[in-house]
This record gives sequence, structure tokens and C-alpha cells, in this order.
Amino acid sequence: MEVSKSDALEIRVSDDVVLVRQAVRKWAIELGFSLVDQTKIITAASELARNTIDYGEGGTVRLESLIDGFRKGLRLIFLDNGPGIADIELALTDGYTSGKGLGLGLSGARRLMSDFRIESRVGDGTRVEITRWK
Amino acid sequence: MSGSKTTDLAEILSKHEKGLLDDWLGELIVEAKAGRGTLRENELRDQCREFLNLLLGAAKAGDFTNLQSKAWTPVREMLANLSRSRGLQGYSPSETATFVFSLKKPIFARIRQEFADDARSLAETTWAATELLDGLGLFTTEVHQKAREEVITRQQQEMLELSTPVVKLWEGILALPMIGTLDSARTQIVMESLLQKIVETGSGLAIIDITGVPTVDTLTAQYLLKTVTAARLMGAECIISGIRPQIAQTIVHLGVELTGIVTKATLADAFAVALDRVGRTVTRKAARS
Ligand SMILES: Nc1ncnc2c1ncn2[C@@H]1O[C@H](COP(=O)(O)OP(=O)(O)O)[C@@H](O)[C@H]1O
Ligand SMILES: [Mg+2]
Repeated sequence: MEVSKSDALEIRVSDDVVLVRQAVRKWAIELGFSLVDQTKIITAASELARNTIDYGEGGTVRLESLIDGFRKGLRLIFLDNGPGIADIELALTDGYTSGKGLGLGLSGARRLMSDFRIESRVGDGTRVEITRWK
Repeated sequence: MSGSKTTDLAEILSKHEKGLLDDWLGELIVEAKAGRGTLRENELRDQCREFLNLLLGAAKAGDFTNLQSKAWTPVREMLANLSRSRGLQGYSPSETATFVFSLKKPIFARIRQEFADDARSLAETTWAATELLDGLGLFTTEVHQKAREEVITRQQQEMLELSTPVVKLWEGILALPMIGTLDSARTQIVMESLLQKIVETGSGLAIIDITGVPTVDTLTAQYLLKTVTAARLMGAECIISGIRPQIAQTIVHLGVELTGIVTKATLADAFAVALDRVGRTVTRKAARS
């Protein structure tokens, strides 16, 4: 598997979420994703970017265009140095929120993507990696 | 440039740090009084002290020719922050660059003092200092420029934010075509004013059209759900229209339940439902057939 293009964006303020969505849309179009797939990836990115601000004290997202044989994919890696998640299973439960959300962002993002990985350590931060293959 | 001249410069900076700080600050205060003079003196003093300190650190490490090198990272970062914050405060690029350039005079004076009877060293060290400060001054201008561009992008971004004209389609039927992103701090306010309109017009039906909303994530959905619930409490039913197929699919995957809410693909479909609810029908004129 090869990373054909990559870039990183800061996620600090609410406007950054809009910029992340715009960048993801551009990359997904470039890779030739269908409109439905574009929408799914953008929405997942929107959820994770907002979590990065709301719960992770801000962070970054790394965008990667992937080539694996004949397959093409888009990978997004969200990183923060926030408080971390003590119980990942709970955080991934539909409807669970420690804030005032709908509690469907993490679990929804997992359903919207082909691949979803989350690592988190309390006091250290959180890393969420999502990939969608064409 | 020979290493020895840069070493000389580092030595002069180190030896005269305190005096340089005072002279430089003096220059800057004169400049500030001539200009807008809004910078507080304490803040300025802290900035000058920090800069001199970092400059000295980098100078000791050597390499004056490559300001992109690692030794200069702390200096560049400090200047970048300074330029950015001044840019946001509305300072012009030249005003920001003056911060660096006004250090020239005090440094040149110290160099002259040190090399009073060594013309060659005087010339070479002065040249090294000029090159250095010019490079750093230009750097602040570049960052300043970039920061201004970022501000402009953000402003354009904000214009893309939600705008919601409220349109009366029929007695008792309002349409709220929403255009823009639905996840900013302003969304709440727009939604509230929208509810206000429902009350003012005494409408029993409101069609919220989201054709112009590019992304519907859980936050957007939450705003919509809240609005529908609040409208209901005020005695108005909402119909959500303009849910494109790709958005409908995504909402399902997110797990957001819009149960109990009437949704329609287009505003026209929603209007038909609304007319039916208020007991009206649209018929073709008989004469036309
Ligand atoms: N980056 C993060 N850092 C710390 N906690 C997080 C992070 N992302 C998610 N969480 C936790 O997981 C919970 C569920 O997240 P999510 O499914 O997006 O729902 P919501 O955003 O509505 O709370 C959050 O309420 C929060 O407690
Ligand atoms: Mg969330």
C-alpha cells in the first residue's frame, strides 16, 4: 500500500471543522468517490473534527490518499492531546454522550467508513483513524 | 560570511544584552507614540526581552546564513506569533517589521563601540547584523501577509454561514429555506429567530428546507430536532424538506432517528402536504384542458 498524497490541518476552532469538511470533500472528489461515499466520508470527518474540539482540546487531522493495487482509498487520522477516553466501548455506544450531543458521532463514523480504529489513553490523548476504500 | 564575524556579533549581543534592551525599547516607544501607540509598554518590554533572549540563543549556535535552520526555529516561532497577533490587531506589515528593524540602531551603536579602531571588523560585523535583521524583518512581513489571508478566508467562510429568509407560502404555512453550514455558534440564534417568526405569524405549519445545507451531521440533526420540538410546543408542526438521497443514507448510518417528523425530498412535495393539512387542494383550471 502506498500513500500517494498527504497533508495535515489544524483543528482548533469551530470554523476549522468547516475547513476540514471542505478539504475532505476536495480529496474525495479527486479520488473519484461517488456522491454518496463523499457525503459519508465528509460527515464522518465532521463528527471526529468536532469531537477533537469539544472533547480533545483541539488537535490535528492528517489526510492521506492511498493506493493499494487497484484500490484507491482516503484515510483520515485525527489526533489530539486531550484528556483521552477512559471507556472506549462506552464512548462507542449509540446514544452515549458525556456532553450535550446525540452520542452518535463516534459510532456513526464507524458505520460510515470501511475501517475505523481508535486508540486513547487517559491523560494522553486520542487518535482516531478512519479509512474508506473505493 | 566568516564564522568569526558572527561569533563577534553573538558576543556583542551577549555582553550588551541589558543595554540593548533599554535602547531598543526606547526606539520602539518613540515609534509607537508616533504611530497608533496602543501597545502597552510592559507587554512590549516582555516581547523585546524574549526576542533578544532567543536571538542570543540562536546566535550562539552559529549559522547566520540560514534562518530556516533548526537553531532559528524558536526565533521564527516567536516572530510568527508576534506578527499574527499584531496582524489580528490591525497593525500594518511595516509596523510589525519595525519591531525588528528598530533593533538595528542600538546594535550598530554597540558594534561601533566595540570596534572603534578596527574598521574591517566594524564593517563585517555590521554587515552580518544587517543581513540577519533584514532577514528576520522580512520574515515578519511574510507571516503577517499569511495571517491576513487566513483572516480573509475565515471571513468568506462566515459569509457561507447560515442565512434563513422566512417566506410565507400561504396563510398558516411558512417556508424556511436554509442555506449554509449549520454548526456554528450563530445557528442557535438563527433557529430562535425562526421560532419567533412562527409565533409572530401564528403559522401552524413550517417547512424547513435543507436543500442548501451541504452537510447534515449529528450536530446539525440535533439543531433540527430541537427546532421541531420547540415549534411543536408552540403549536406548529414542521416538515423537513430537501433531504437529498445521499444525505438520507448518511443520516441512517449515523443512527439519527427522525421518527415522528414528516420529511420530504423536495420543497414542492412538502408544500403539497402542507396545503392538504390546511384543507386546500390545488386543481388545474377547467378551461385549460
Ligand atoms: N477526542 C476525544 N477525546 C475525549 N473524549 C472523546 C473524544 N471523542 C469522543 N469522546 C467521548 O466519547 C463520547 C461520545 O462521542 P460522540 O459519539 O461523538 O457523541 P457526542 O459528541 O454527541 O458526545 C463523547 O461524549 C466523549 O465523552
Ligand atoms: Mg461527537
